[in-house]
Amino acid sequence: MNWISNVVRPKINSLFSRRETPDNLWTKCEECGNMLFHRELTEALNTCPNCDHHMHITPRERFTALFDNGVFVEVDVPEPLADPLHFKDQKRYPDRMREARKKTNEKEAMLVAEGDLGGVKVVCAGQDFSFMGGSMGMYVGNAIIAAAERAVKLKAPLILFSAAGGARMQEGILSLMQMPRSTVAVEMVKDAGLPYIVVLTHPTTGGVTASYAMLGDIHIAEPNALICFAGPRVIEQTIREKLPEGFQRSEYLLDHGILDRVTHRTAMREELITITRMLTKKPPHVKGDLPAPTLEKPKAEDKAPEADKAASAEK
Amino acid sequence: MQNYLEFEKPLAEIEGKAAELRAMARQGEGVDVGNEAEALDKKAAAMLESLYKNLTPWQKCLVARHQDRPHCIDYINTLFTEYTPLAGDRNFADDLAVMGGLARFNDQPVMVIGHEKGNDTKSRIERNFGMARPEGYRKAIRLMDMADRFGIPVITLVDTQGAYPGKGAEERGQAEAIARSTEKCLQIGVPLLSIVIGEGGSGGAVAFATADRLAMLEHSIYSVISPEGCASILWKDGSFAQDAAEALRLTAQDLVKLGVADRIIQEPVGGAQRNAKQAINSVGLAIADMLKELTPLKPAELRKQRRQKYLNMGDKALVA
Repeated sequence: MNWISNVVRPKINSLFSRRETPDNLWTKCEECGNMLFHRELTEALNTCPNCDHHMHITPRERFTALFDNGVFVEVDVPEPLADPLHFKDQKRYPDRMREARKKTNEKEAMLVAEGDLGGVKVVCAGQDFSFMGGSMGMYVGNAIIAAAERAVKLKAPLILFSAAGGARMQEGILSLMQMPRSTVAVEMVKDAGLPYIVVLTHPTTGGVTASYAMLGDIHIAEPNALICFAGPRVIEQTIREKLPEGFQRSEYLLDHGILDRVTHRTAMREELITITRMLTKKPPHVKGDLPAPTLEKPKAEDKAPEADKAASAEK
Repeated sequence: MQNYLEFEKPLAEIEGKAAELRAMARQGEGVDVGNEAEALDKKAAAMLESLYKNLTPWQKCLVARHQDRPHCIDYINTLFTEYTPLAGDRNFADDLAVMGGLARFNDQPVMVIGHEKGNDTKSRIERNFGMARPEGYRKAIRLMDMADRFGIPVITLVDTQGAYPGKGAEERGQAEAIARSTEKCLQIGVPLLSIVIGEGGSGGAVAFATADRLAMLEHSIYSVISPEGCASILWKDGSFAQDAAEALRLTAQDLVKLGVADRIIQEPVGGAQRNAKQAINSVGLAIADMLKELTPLKPAELRKQRRQKYLNMGDKALVA
């Protein structure tokens, strides 16, 4: 009995378990239904190569793809008071927080990092929709303030990726107060003459849209992201009519003058590099290992072989 | 004619009886009802006082929304002279949900801006029940800018359920308008004081209430979301609004403890709706007081203190 249970069974089990495949190799696109291989999906930054649907991406994954060589340093965010209202709905707020932390392996709904982007030092703040709907509470407010202070200290542009259902109700009025608080942070960056760029991702709604997400020097959105103050369901209930197709989506907002650009996630890094380098008056970004272009005029003898070639071509 | 709230029903009965007795006496039925009516009055007064001393957060919501409470227009007409309304956002329209203009407060020129809900069916519709559209915030931004240029203090009166959830409002950039209005509140170099006179509903309130000093009427509320909305999201059932009202800590009393509001303005017994004149008068005294505190401060100092106030917010928790 002992020999069987201790030696034989584990051996048999291990034989079988080795053949098991991880169940997350394939993901189904929620939009077009295509099965996407995990490597392909990761390479495309969680966008569907078939229909360009943009799926959720965590700030950590995004930053790894964004910063040069995937290198970034996290910026410390001061810890706020936990559960100042002693909020309880069907669950206690601390319990909800514990669940969210366990689920996401993150401390809170915003990650702040600094690093090089196309050779320019930038500070980035990324909101995490998977953490309690990215909701804006005191931590998120502190994170934006920390990001702004860091940007001012480094004289670096601030890039913010928004994604949230809105304010965190469990912090009551204190979550609402993050609207003016985050606005103060944006003012710090602007007063220092630094660019503040907002990348709006799906979804950005409520008090988040009505504060720091709409105060950028430049507003870029990912395709088909829901961006609004009042959600479509609330509006339909109020006006009692069906809303037009694509209402409150990125392209619709672009048409209505609320955004500067709508940009595919895979093109975002290049676009942010182009914009930040121009706003910080740096020369164009050089891709690859080529040396940076110099502003010196080419000397006369450098031109000679070119002229010769041209001359020989004419013959 | 008094409009009674649900929780005031027992009070309504007693007051009704007293009124009936008096009516009988007037018709000369020969009974002396004086004593009895007086006793009922006393009982009603005691009941009113105890009811309003112990209002639950949900009852406060009902009082804050009471249709007979003095509105922005009443405060403007009573407390200010030479009120000169200024209209329009210079882009699209004039939003009647937001009143605003130049006026004098104790002869001092001020810019007064506030939500107006309307007081009968026609004016309520005209004013969209006090729910501003983007043009309302943009008008406020314009007026705050003007006040800033001419060194005139700004007084805002907050009384709104929130921004209007409409199609056009979204298309014309409601979120951006609110964000810019909050930003403007933080930029101007003149005293900015704000009074929540009824409902302070989420973003629509923040756009005006981001101030050097925020005062709240005793039975007013200020919240991130309406209790009904919160209940339907967190409890998945709007009928839990009473629980949500408790949990949200939206009363003036809790907000002072949290450091969000700076002071409470006492209301007459039974709420501002029972004695509008007295309530308006108390607000006037509070405005005078706050203006006196802020007037000596230089523009840079005002801006700095205002920003610091919001940066510091959130370091006070409530006792369990």
